[in-house]
Amino acid sequence: MKNHPHTEQAIFDDQEGAEPILDKTWLSPPGFFGWFTHVNQRQIGFRFVVTSLIFFALGGLLALLMRLQLVQPENTLMGAEFYHQIMTMHGTTMMFFFAVPAMEGLGIYLVPLMLGTRDMSFPRLNAFGYYVYLIAGITLYLALFLGMAPDTGWFSYVPLAGIDYSPGQGVSFWTTMITFIEISALTAAVELIVTILKQRAPGMTLNRMPIFVWSILVMSFMIVFAMPTVMVGSVLLALDRTFATQFFVASGGGDPLLWQHLFWFFGHPEVYIIVVPALGIVSTVISTFCQREVFGYTAVVLSMVTIGFVSFGLWVHHMFTTGLPHLGLSFFTAASAMIAIPSGVQIFCWIATLWGSKIKFKTPMLFIMGFFAVFVIGGLTGVMAASIPFDMQAHDSYFVVAHLHYVLIGGAVLPFFAGLYYWYPKMTGSMLSERLGCWSFWLIFIGLNLTFFPMHQLGLDGMPRRVYTYLHNMGWGEVNFFVTCAAFLMAFGFLLTFINTLISPYKSRAAGNNPWNADTLEWWAQSPPRNYNFRHLPVISSRTPLWQKAPLYKVTGIRADRREIIITTLLDAKPQGVCIMPSPTYWPFVLALTVGFGFLGFMFKPILFVVGFFLSFFAIVGWLWPARPWLAEKPPEEGHPVRGLQ
Amino acid sequence: MHFWTKLNHKAIYLVVLLTLKLPLSYAQSQSAIQPATEQARGISYIWWSMFWVAVVVFVAVMLLLAWGLWRGKSKKPTQLSYLASRNLVIVAGIAVPLVTVICLVGGSLMLGRSLSASPPDNALEVRITGWMWWWQIEYLDENSNTIATTANELHVPINRPIQVYLESGDVIHSFWVPQLHGKTDLIPGRTNSSWFEVDVSGTFRGQCAEFCGLQHALMGFLVVSEPQAEFDAWLANQQVPAQPPENNEVLAGQRVFFEAGCHQCHTIRGTDAAGTAGPDLTHLASRQSIASVTRKNSRAHLGGWVADPNGIKPGAKMPMSQLDAKELSDLLDYLQSLH
Repeated sequence: MKNHPHTEQAIFDDQEGAEPILDKTWLSPPGFFGWFTHVNQRQIGFRFVVTSLIFFALGGLLALLMRLQLVQPENTLMGAEFYHQIMTMHGTTMMFFFAVPAMEGLGIYLVPLMLGTRDMSFPRLNAFGYYVYLIAGITLYLALFLGMAPDTGWFSYVPLAGIDYSPGQGVSFWTTMITFIEISALTAAVELIVTILKQRAPGMTLNRMPIFVWSILVMSFMIVFAMPTVMVGSVLLALDRTFATQFFVASGGGDPLLWQHLFWFFGHPEVYIIVVPALGIVSTVISTFCQREVFGYTAVVLSMVTIGFVSFGLWVHHMFTTGLPHLGLSFFTAASAMIAIPSGVQIFCWIATLWGSKIKFKTPMLFIMGFFAVFVIGGLTGVMAASIPFDMQAHDSYFVVAHLHYVLIGGAVLPFFAGLYYWYPKMTGSMLSERLGCWSFWLIFIGLNLTFFPMHQLGLDGMPRRVYTYLHNMGWGEVNFFVTCAAFLMAFGFLLTFINTLISPYKSRAAGNNPWNADTLEWWAQSPPRNYNFRHLPVISSRTPLWQKAPLYKVTGIRADRREIIITTLLDAKPQGVCIMPSPTYWPFVLALTVGFGFLGFMFKPILFVVGFFLSFFAIVGWLWPARPWLAEKPPEEGHPVRGLQ
Repeated sequence: MHFWTKLNHKAIYLVVLLTLKLPLSYAQSQSAIQPATEQARGISYIWWSMFWVAVVVFVAVMLLLAWGLWRGKSKKPTQLSYLASRNLVIVAGIAVPLVTVICLVGGSLMLGRSLSASPPDNALEVRITGWMWWWQIEYLDENSNTIATTANELHVPINRPIQVYLESGDVIHSFWVPQLHGKTDLIPGRTNSSWFEVDVSGTFRGQCAEFCGLQHALMGFLVVSEPQAEFDAWLANQQVPAQPPENNEVLAGQRVFFEAGCHQCHTIRGTDAAGTAGPDLTHLASRQSIASVTRKNSRAHLGGWVADPNGIKPGAKMPMSQLDAKELSDLLDYLQSLH
């Protein structure tokens, strides 16, 4: 707001000597208090990624605790109550606080760079979304440490989660925090959509857009349609619990199945929200390491879009045992099996790309190879679970636990870690250690297979899910013991990557702009990118801008002394105008606090929600208060090419 | 050296077991792939078909991937032409999965249709109500009147369709006996139903399969299938009220039962005990296990359960009893007399 370097004469970024001014214009203020004012997409994206990895570690520790309890029959390491709390927190953490924010974070960091622009469409909203995420996560973990965590599972079925059977604060924490964090997901999604559709570099038509950006676009649209459903569901549950409405109470005319419909209408797309960007990462890494474009760009993009649509028609496959009529259920069998086809198309496009290419098997590529094996297994067991008769045995058993971990770890975590090793040089300027990366990958890969493959067996042997213990004479003890040991092996593998990310800046050589010789625009910027991302905004004329022989054209007429980016048309990316972006401000943080106050307060006294509402109103007023220092400027001189392409 | 040899043997044993997909069958089985009904057998057959198809698909995809990578290592690596790539994607990515998926969906829907169809007319009807954390079992006559009530142990005659009506008294539970059928949920406000027909005599274990709170993990039940004659005898016994106490200890135990307040939650037909919050105990001694199949029905286990339910199932709704040794002993005499 206040740090536009005020000059009598406008300075444009294509002028000589404009760089220091450009740098200062896009500076994020240093220091502790400055941290709360940042709005640059790289800072916010980096925070999303780092915070999500911290939650991944916390969720992983919870999983290890669960495995320690299950290591032997009738173990007394912890009681049922505590186990149910950490089981709920494990699922909630991984699904809400790790997987989606991690993908969003990568998107927020990389998409503007890949599109050749300098910030997201709504930088302050971006920052607000991050603070909401952070507050939601801290609050939920505070609840865990206070022994008040939710304990009805991450899916929180009613009537168990209703006020009659869960009168404590735990489920209230859950409903409140879920509604709250979905605000964060929605803001990120909305911004990503607008950035992708309106801020692409001139000449970057939709079919020249990187596949990763397509995957983020599909993910964002899915978030916009799926997240509101779970927000509605959790609001209705909160109303049932607080004001004795009867939405989900059978005796009051409601229906417990309504909750399941609302939750899974969100819950199924949710897992594809997590997987689709990961598939985008796979395309990116394969393309770079084969040094060729992915075969079948159109097929790959259309497959991702198809997955996005079809995934909204699968949700009842989580409800096959609820006694709904078989004819109705059968549509969901068909859809659930059908979604294997676009996934299969991508797998074979990738194999066609890899075929006969000279590939260096650096760590990102190792994780991609792991993805192939694990995701295919997970996908196959998923198609099995689409069969209603088989699902009647497998549902709510360890078979499904095996399936879901295969698809989520194989289909999301492994590609995410590939992305981590791939983009870490861009984000920090240093390469991650190959040796540690190789060890980490193999321990994770072997550990995860040894941990989750036997769970298929346990499920077929009749072991249900969500059990804090099991009896001696069931014969499940040995396999559970084995699984627990393997889980620690896998955890150690993840630990090696964590260590790698912490020590590499001190140990390795500088990465340079484009250590992998990749073709997407983020590698045009420095490592890490300067405040302003690119010295000049580029003009694009091919799908692989960095592999073309001619140097990139650049946009002229963008101001260096205020935050400006170029807006282009939706389909063909023809220049349309210039947008002035906001500078660092603390209002997003303030608004996140007031909204958080309203939601958290609601759990203790409903009136506090209204108080929070009004406080948020004032915060929004502060946010939107006009500040246009350029109105005092003189118009630019005659003859200067104001808006143009050189 | 000896330790490592033992470890190797154990590892090989586990690997062999896991690869052969055998249930660890020295224990009580709850395995979906050891079917005892036509229904479970149909499901198991579909499972094994899908399993082998999945193995073939997985191996094929991995081999293709490996082949493609290997081609990149040769002296003159040649990438696939556009046509070859396109054909690979169309055949392997669209055509083959489409055919496979159609077969899978078709087969599953056919089986699913027959599983969800109504049972034959001579089905034995049983109403099962799920409670936290035990199973109430009521046998019904042709007019849907309850003729016998028991808990946690369902006896059925072999070679006769058994239709179970599934209801819930509190939260969602799920009725799952893997050897007999897939699971069906018990949802408050609805009556679901499922049916199966057991071909062999035996005891089959089931367990609640929908998270239902603190003791979800230990909410088991037994299905005992027996020839028609033995079943009829069993059912006849379940229908009669409890015998009056035969001797003084049993009579003293009955007095303890009432003085300790047990009658407020439990029913014993033939006495004034008519509580409905807990399982019907009229023929407790005829059951194989107690605490929803958590412990064998022996005097020692029964004593431990009555004295301190939370020692076996922490969070169970049955309160501790404040009995001294003599009272407990008399009570156990009484309970063990309820054949």
